[in-house]
Amino acid sequence: MFRRERSIPLRGSAAALCNNLSVLQLPVRNLTHFGVVHGPSAQLLSAAPEGVPLAQRQLQAKEGAGVSPPLITQVHWCVLPFRVLLVLTSHRGIQMYESDGSVMVYWHALDAGDASLVQAVFARGIAASGHFICVGMWSGRVLVFDIPAKGPNIVLSEELAGHQTPVTDIATEPAQGQDCVADVVTADDSGLLCVWRSGPKFKLLTRIPGFGVPCPSVQLWQGTIAAGYGNGQVRLYEASTGTLHVQIDAHARAICALDLAPELLSAAEDTFVHIWKLSRSPEGGYIEVEHCHGECVPDTQVCGARFCDPSGSSFAVTGYDLAEILRFSSM
Amino acid sequence: MLRAAWRALSSIRTQAVTQAPVLGLPGGGCAKLLSVQRDLPSRPGGLILRAARGYATQKPVQPSHEDDPLPSMLLKDYQDIPGIEKVDDVVKKILSLEMANQKEKLKIKKEQLMKKVVENPKDTGSLEARILNDIISTMFNRKFMEELFKPQELYSKKALRTVYDRLAHASIMRLNQASMDKLYDLMTMAFKYQVLLCPRPKDVLLVTFNHLDAIKGFIQDSPTILHQVDETFQQLTETYGGLSAGEFQLIRQTLLIFFQDLHIRVSIFLKDKVQNSSGRFVLPVSGPLPWGTKVPGLIRTFNHKGEEVRKAEFKHGGSYVAAPKEGSFELYGDRVLKLGTNMYSVNRPVETHMSGASENLAAQTQESIAPNPLAKEELNLLARLIGGMEIKKPSGPEPGFRLNLFTTDEEEEQAALTRPEELSYEVINIQATQDQQTNEELARIMGEFEILDQPRRSASKGDDLLAMMDEL
Repeated sequence: MFRRERSIPLRGSAAALCNNLSVLQLPVRNLTHFGVVHGPSAQLLSAAPEGVPLAQRQLQAKEGAGVSPPLITQVHWCVLPFRVLLVLTSHRGIQMYESDGSVMVYWHALDAGDASLVQAVFARGIAASGHFICVGMWSGRVLVFDIPAKGPNIVLSEELAGHQTPVTDIATEPAQGQDCVADVVTADDSGLLCVWRSGPKFKLLTRIPGFGVPCPSVQLWQGTIAAGYGNGQVRLYEASTGTLHVQIDAHARAICALDLAPELLSAAEDTFVHIWKLSRSPEGGYIEVEHCHGECVPDTQVCGARFCDPSGSSFAVTGYDLAEILRFSSM
Repeated sequence: MLRAAWRALSSIRTQAVTQAPVLGLPGGGCAKLLSVQRDLPSRPGGLILRAARGYATQKPVQPSHEDDPLPSMLLKDYQDIPGIEKVDDVVKKILSLEMANQKEKLKIKKEQLMKKVVENPKDTGSLEARILNDIISTMFNRKFMEELFKPQELYSKKALRTVYDRLAHASIMRLNQASMDKLYDLMTMAFKYQVLLCPRPKDVLLVTFNHLDAIKGFIQDSPTILHQVDETFQQLTETYGGLSAGEFQLIRQTLLIFFQDLHIRVSIFLKDKVQNSSGRFVLPVSGPLPWGTKVPGLIRTFNHKGEEVRKAEFKHGGSYVAAPKEGSFELYGDRVLKLGTNMYSVNRPVETHMSGASENLAAQTQESIAPNPLAKEELNLLARLIGGMEIKKPSGPEPGFRLNLFTTDEEEEQAALTRPEELSYEVINIQATQDQQTNEELARIMGEFEILDQPRRSASKGDDLLAMMDEL
């Protein structure tokens, strides 16, 4: 059972995007950082454990050519071995900051290239894998940046070609053991999932085809891929083989956010947030899913949801047009 | 009866024509009247001969007395005098039709006929119908549509309000600032409601088709405008019909950015409980699901061979039903979706409330910070868009039809004064491109007024001739 905790007020309401909440847990300093996209700006704030807001900062999308201020698509903290960077993707390019958002360390302008006049050009989908940061693009390409231990000397290392439609989300997990296992998953608007192995040269391991429905949110944990789809379904796959393990008719509208740690959190535009317990069955080795908890956020089109601690005992939710971060913790 | 009807109709035309300069009908309206008049022969001699021939070869037509007004009814000129009911019975008798000649009876009969014609819902001459026609034909004007369909970024709130302003003034209808603001707020919140509640992103297109279907219902008797709307439908299908679900989701998300932080309360929504008192829309957790979504509640587990090994259910908290069928994207068809249909199909009040709408002031001031060096670019886009609109300016000194969305004029004034600062729309005035057009337009309308005299003469001529015929 979860109960509603004190909300954290936001300067600007959350935009109707997917994955519109990033949480950076800093247990050592007893702080939690939250990042929410408003539109042409993103808001960062840090809060004490009880939800008391301490500091806040607004970041703007870097201007480029165009009539109106560019819109931000996503804001996400990337935890790398020696540093934490905050990455902002927009309709103009990719901005990388120090974790508190104080200094911009890198700017990558998007090249519209051969985008036709009717195509929207943007970057979307951010994840850290080892000392790499992966960012998705409207073209389906995934840019891989090599991040040094400190300083602004960030280099574009590789451009992955696996998708034909705009990338929606990227999920990673630390590579386990010496075996080269799958540790990066990319998803796109057609519902296609690409599973990669990171390294100096990324390798495409397997593809999981979509079924005509976008996959706005994807997570990867202990070799299991959790993917949320535009028709409200959540599917769990085996990362190494791409086999479908579980299919949940979880929501009545498009899924907008997932989190996995060790419980699965799913949030959708139907105003519901669900928590599922995953376990591996002893016999067949297949994954079992059990519904733990469902929370309705009345009259709110949820756009972001994340666990706030490693055990999954508390989570935070953002909604379109809502100027606060809602918090829930288990009793 | 035919003759009496002809006389009645010709007198209506006469009256309508005489009214034209007073109301300041736009050039388009004058043109319509002209075409009506063209049916009358221009040479008086020819009319006498034809009429005489007609009388010689046909049976004489007797005027019908079925719709005659009662003999006790007062003469037309005396009907509206205040206190006329209280006069002596003898006086009433003298002033009634019983003592009057045929001409007086006809006068009243004509008036009744005219009223009947004006009240007829199919009457395309009435003011309201004409205004609707003007606005719709401007909106669906080819040049304007061409501009709209060009790939472009989302308009700023200021820019859209300017375009909307121009559109609302494309007919002889006039609204002052307060009513215009209210109308715009109403439109914005209604559209926000429709976009927000779309079950799946592609339904935004169905909402648009619902809009078009309703518009076609207003202009059923104007084949040219109907054709324009159908062409727009074609264009919409070509441009958007083939987009993927992901592209529609991006469109919907971008539209929602435009509506972010708008929480103006609309009384019709409050009354129907689709909006609550905070201004937020109610998102129901029951009802039909989007097309393609299954009823939540099922967990299916598979083994590595792909066989289903377990099926479990969970309680999802809502009470949904599967969609009966997919809405049609054809020119004609059952859209299934009710969003975008006429919300005033039952007579409803039109009210919006300003108070409580000033949330997130900081977010809104962000939008109005204008020193954008590229604002000029936006103005150019706007100018092209508005330039593509055929604006009809009233040529008379007085506006023809003033629409007040408040209950009284005083209320309207008050609303204009007390409107919160952050909700005031700065309309961009684009004079440069319009001035030349205005002069040309005025010159054309002035020119058309001269032609107007002739039909009036022939109408009265026809009248006189018929009177002569009657006495034969």
